[in-house]
Amino acid sequence: MRRQSKTSVVLIAACTIAGCCGAFVARANAAGPDEQKFSEIERGRYLAAAADCFACHTVQDSGKPYAGGRPLETPFGSITSPNITPDQETGIGSWTDDQFDTAVRKGIRPDGSHLYPAMPYTSYTKMSRKDVLAIRAYLNTVDPIRNSVTVNTLPFPFNIRTSLAVWKKLYFKQGEYKPDPHQSAEWNRGASLVEGAGHCGACHTPRTFLGGEKASRYLQGASLQGWFAPDITNDDKTGLGKWTTDDIVAYLKTGHNRFSAATGPMAEEVVHSTSNLNDDDLKAIAIYLKSVPGKNTSPEPLPATDPQMVAGEAIYRDTCSACHGLDGKGVARLFPSLAGSAVAQSNDPTTAIRVILRGARSVATSAEPTAPGMPSFAWQLNNDQIAAVTTYIRNAWGNSASKVSPSAVKKRKADLKNRPD
Amino acid sequence: MARKLPRKDVVIIGLGWTGSILANELTDEGLDVVAIERGPWRDAPTEFPPNYQQDELRYRIRHELFLQPEQNTFTFRNKMDQTALPIRTWGAFMPPNGVGGGGVHWNAETWRFLPSDFVLRTHLTERYGANFLPEDMTIQDWGVTYDDLEPHYDQFEYLCGTSGTAGNLRGVIQEGGNPFEGPRSRPYPNPPQKQGFGHTLWGKAARELGYRPFPQPSGNMSQAYTNPLGLHLGPCTYCGFCEWFGCGNYSKASPQTTILPVLIRKPNFSARDNCEVTHINLDRSGKRATGVTFIDTSNVEWEQPADLVILAAFSVFNVQMLFNSGIGKPYDPVTNSGVVGRNFTHQTMSSVDGFFDKEKFNFNPFIASGAIGMCIDEFNGDNFDHGPLGFVGGGYLGQVQTSGRPIQNTLVPPGTPKWGAQWKKAVADNYLSTLVGGSIHASFYSYRDVYLDRDPTYTDRFGRPLMRMTIDFHDNELKAAQFLTDKYAEIVKSMGARQIAKKPRKGPYDIAPYQTTHLNGGAIMGPDPNTSAVNRYLQSWDVPNVFVMGASAFPQNAGYNPTDTVCALAFWSAAAIRNQYLKNPGPLVDA
Repeated sequence: MRRQSKTSVVLIAACTIAGCCGAFVARANAAGPDEQKFSEIERGRYLAAAADCFACHTVQDSGKPYAGGRPLETPFGSITSPNITPDQETGIGSWTDDQFDTAVRKGIRPDGSHLYPAMPYTSYTKMSRKDVLAIRAYLNTVDPIRNSVTVNTLPFPFNIRTSLAVWKKLYFKQGEYKPDPHQSAEWNRGASLVEGAGHCGACHTPRTFLGGEKASRYLQGASLQGWFAPDITNDDKTGLGKWTTDDIVAYLKTGHNRFSAATGPMAEEVVHSTSNLNDDDLKAIAIYLKSVPGKNTSPEPLPATDPQMVAGEAIYRDTCSACHGLDGKGVARLFPSLAGSAVAQSNDPTTAIRVILRGARSVATSAEPTAPGMPSFAWQLNNDQIAAVTTYIRNAWGNSASKVSPSAVKKRKADLKNRPD
Repeated sequence: MARKLPRKDVVIIGLGWTGSILANELTDEGLDVVAIERGPWRDAPTEFPPNYQQDELRYRIRHELFLQPEQNTFTFRNKMDQTALPIRTWGAFMPPNGVGGGGVHWNAETWRFLPSDFVLRTHLTERYGANFLPEDMTIQDWGVTYDDLEPHYDQFEYLCGTSGTAGNLRGVIQEGGNPFEGPRSRPYPNPPQKQGFGHTLWGKAARELGYRPFPQPSGNMSQAYTNPLGLHLGPCTYCGFCEWFGCGNYSKASPQTTILPVLIRKPNFSARDNCEVTHINLDRSGKRATGVTFIDTSNVEWEQPADLVILAAFSVFNVQMLFNSGIGKPYDPVTNSGVVGRNFTHQTMSSVDGFFDKEKFNFNPFIASGAIGMCIDEFNGDNFDHGPLGFVGGGYLGQVQTSGRPIQNTLVPPGTPKWGAQWKKAVADNYLSTLVGGSIHASFYSYRDVYLDRDPTYTDRFGRPLMRMTIDFHDNELKAAQFLTDKYAEIVKSMGARQIAKKPRKGPYDIAPYQTTHLNGGAIMGPDPNTSAVNRYLQSWDVPNVFVMGASAFPQNAGYNPTDTVCALAFWSAAAIRNQYLKNPGPLVDA
C-alpha cells in the first residue's frame, strides 16, 4: 500500500517536471551513463549508504528522507543540511550531473561558491566520478520533497563563504583514491571506503583549530557532539588492536560484537550506513583499519592502592558489576566488556563519563534487536564518585589510562546540561 | 460517536505475555496487527533499570507497576447472599497494567501442569468414583491434553530460556528432576539456577525423608542465553527483587526481554498504549466481531475495525470484556447454566516459617531470585492417593524464599511483641536465620458458587459494571491446606528448626493478605459449549472471530504457577489460527 502511493507520487512528480521544465529533458540527454539503468540506481543506493548521505540530509523520524533541514553541529556554530531530493526548486532536481559531481568531489556549489566542509568533500573527493553519478542516479529516484532550507546558519564571520578558499588551500587535497600497488585489492577497497565514501576520518580524526583534519593523528579519535569518537587505529589499548577483523565486521554489520556495542552517533551510522554494506566490503574496511598504526603509547596502570582506585572499586562492585561483571568482561553481545575496552582506556574519557552521567542505549538492528541500555547514574553518584569509578575502569583488569579528576566530570556535566541529544 | 480508524487484520486487546506471543506469531503469518494496551509502554532499561529497580517501597508497597484501583477494580464478597464491596487497594492478588503485563512483575516460576490436570474430572472419577467429589465441585476436563500442549510448553520455555532440570525426558525419568512431570521432548534450555543455603538444606532434608526434591523451573537465567528470536538475556545476579519488580538486568524472561524488541521492528505491527478497549463490536447477527472500541487519554473514543479480535487482557478483565460485549451467555449459579463468569478460581497458598539457631544457621536470605528454590511434587495433583484423605487436589511444596527485602522480611517468632525494642531485637536476631514463607502452592478447584458476574451497584470510570467476585474456600481446599502444611512442617523440623510456625490457609477467603496473582476461569475452555465459553483452541463458541487468551480459560486451577500453561495455550491457539482458522475462518470445533 505504502509502496504504491510512493510510486504514484513519483510518477506525478516526474510528469510535472517533464511537462514544464526543460532541465529534466536536458539531463536525460546528457552524455554519460544511463541514469535510469537499474544497476546504476542500485549501485548508487549502496554507495549512498556507504557515504551515509541519509544521516545528515534527513531530520530524524520526519518521514522526509534526504529533504535536509537537520542542524549539524560544528565547532564554529550550527549549519543546516540542504535538501538533496530531486525537487526542482528546493532540492537538487535542476542540477546537472557536472554540478552534482563538482559539489560532491570539489566542494563547489553550482553558483561557484564554496561548500562548508561539514559536507565531507575532503573525503568524497576520493570517490570516482562514476560512483558519484551513481549516487546521483539513485537520488533522482527518491521522492522529491518540497522543503526550502536556509543552510548557512553560522554566525559571523564564519558565514562568509569566501574565507573557505583559504581553508581549502590548507586542508583540501582534491583527487581520486589512488590504489597502493603494494597492498592487496581487499586492502585497497577498504582504504578507498574508509578514506572516501565512508568518510570515517570526519568523526574519528582530530581537527585543527581551523577545523581541518590533523593528518598526523589520522583516525586516532576526536571529540564531537559531546562524545569522543574513539581511536579506530590498530592501537592495542585505545584502538581496535584487540578486535579481530571478524569482530570489526560484526560491529559494523550488527552494531554489536562480543566486546562492545554502538551507541550515540555511531548507532545512527550503523543503522543508515554500515549495516547495509556487504560482508566483503566490511571485511575490506576491517583489514584496512587493522593496518592503520596507532600511537602505541601505553601508560602504566595506576596502583590498586591509589585512593581513587580503592573508592572506584567499591563503587564498581556496588553499581556496575551486576551487568559488567566483577571481572569487567560483561556478557557477550549484551553488556559491553570494560576489560580491554578502547572506550574505557581512551586518552580522552569524554565518552565513558558521558555514558555514566547520561546512560546510553545500544543500537537495535535486525541481526541484533535486543538493544540493551544502561541507565543514568547522574542522580546517584557525585563528581568524586564518578571520577573514581571511571579511573577504576580505566585501570582495572589490565587496563591502563590516565586518572580522571572530579573537575573533568564537572566539566562534562556542564557541557551535557545544554545538550538535548 | 467513535472515530473510525483504518481496518486491521487483527486487533489484540492487551500487550502482556499472551498479547505479545499472538502478535509475534500472527505478524509472522503476514497479518497486519495492532495491539491496544490500557497501560503505559514499559521498556526494561528505561522503566526499571538496575540502579533503582530494587526499591521495595516504590514497587512492593506502593504498587507502582500495577493497575490502580481507580482505573478499574472488582467488587468482592464471600457468599451469594452478601453485598459485594469494591476493592480499593490490592491485596490477595495484583492485577498488572501496562506493556508486558504480569510478565514484567512475575517471579518467573515456569511450571507445566500434570497430564492428569487436563483431564481432571475424568481422571478423578475413574480413580475414586464420581461420589468422591463434593457435589458442588464443578471441575471439568480442559478439552486439550498435555500431549497437545507439550510442543507449546517447549516453545515458551525456549523463548524464555527457562533454567531447570528435566525430570522426564520422553518418558525416561531423570535423576535430579521432577519425576512426576509429564514427558518433555527435550531438556530445559538452561541448567538450573544456583541455590541458596536455606534452599539447599531444605532439599537435603526432603531427600532424607524419602522425597525427590528438584530445583524450581525458573525464568531467571542461570547463565547468558540467546533465545530463538535472537534476543539476549544475561545471567541472574540473585538480587532478590523479582516478583513485584521489573528486571532491568535482562535476567528475567518477560515480553520486554524475549519478544518485544523483535516485534516492534516489524512493519506490520503497531501498538497503542494508554488506550483502554471498552468493548468488542459485533455485527447485527451478534455472531461476528467487527473490531473494538477504545478510549484514549483525551477521552476520545475510537473504533478499530478488524477481522480477528484477540482478547489478551488479565483474566478477570477478559471476562468483563465478554460481558460488556454481549459475547456468550452469562453464568447463572442458581440454574447452573450459562458460561461467562463460570468456574472462577484462585490459589490456595499456605506456608510454614522456620526459626533456626542463629549461631548455626546463616541463610543470607537476600541472595535470591524470583524462581529460586528446591521443591517436591509428591503431594501435587493426583500424585498421591487421596482415597484415605477425603479431599482432592494438592500442590508443590518448596523452599522458594525469593528475597530478604527489608520492609517485608522482618519475620519474628510467634509471641514476640509487635513493636518496640524487643521487636527490633527479635528482627535483628532472626533475620539471617529464618526461613520465611516456605511455599505450599496448592490447587483451587472450581465450585458452583464461586464465579464472576456484573456488580449491580458499582461501575468503572466508563460506567461499565465492575466485575463482582463471589469467592470462598471450600472444605476440600482447606483440608488439603492442612495436610500439606503438616507435611511441609516435617521437613522444616528435620532441618533442625528450633521453632516452627505453621500457617495453613484458613477460610473465609480474604482479599487482604497476598496469595498469588493467579486468578483463573470465568471464560473457561472445554469440549462443550454449554459448560465452556471457548473451545479447545480458545475460540469463542459464540463469536468465532474472537479468541480469548489467558488463565480465564482454566476450568480449575492446578497446584502450580500458571504462566507456562497460559503461554503454552497461547502458542497452541496461535498455531490453530495460523494453520486452520486463516485457511477457513469459522468455528474450529463444531458446536
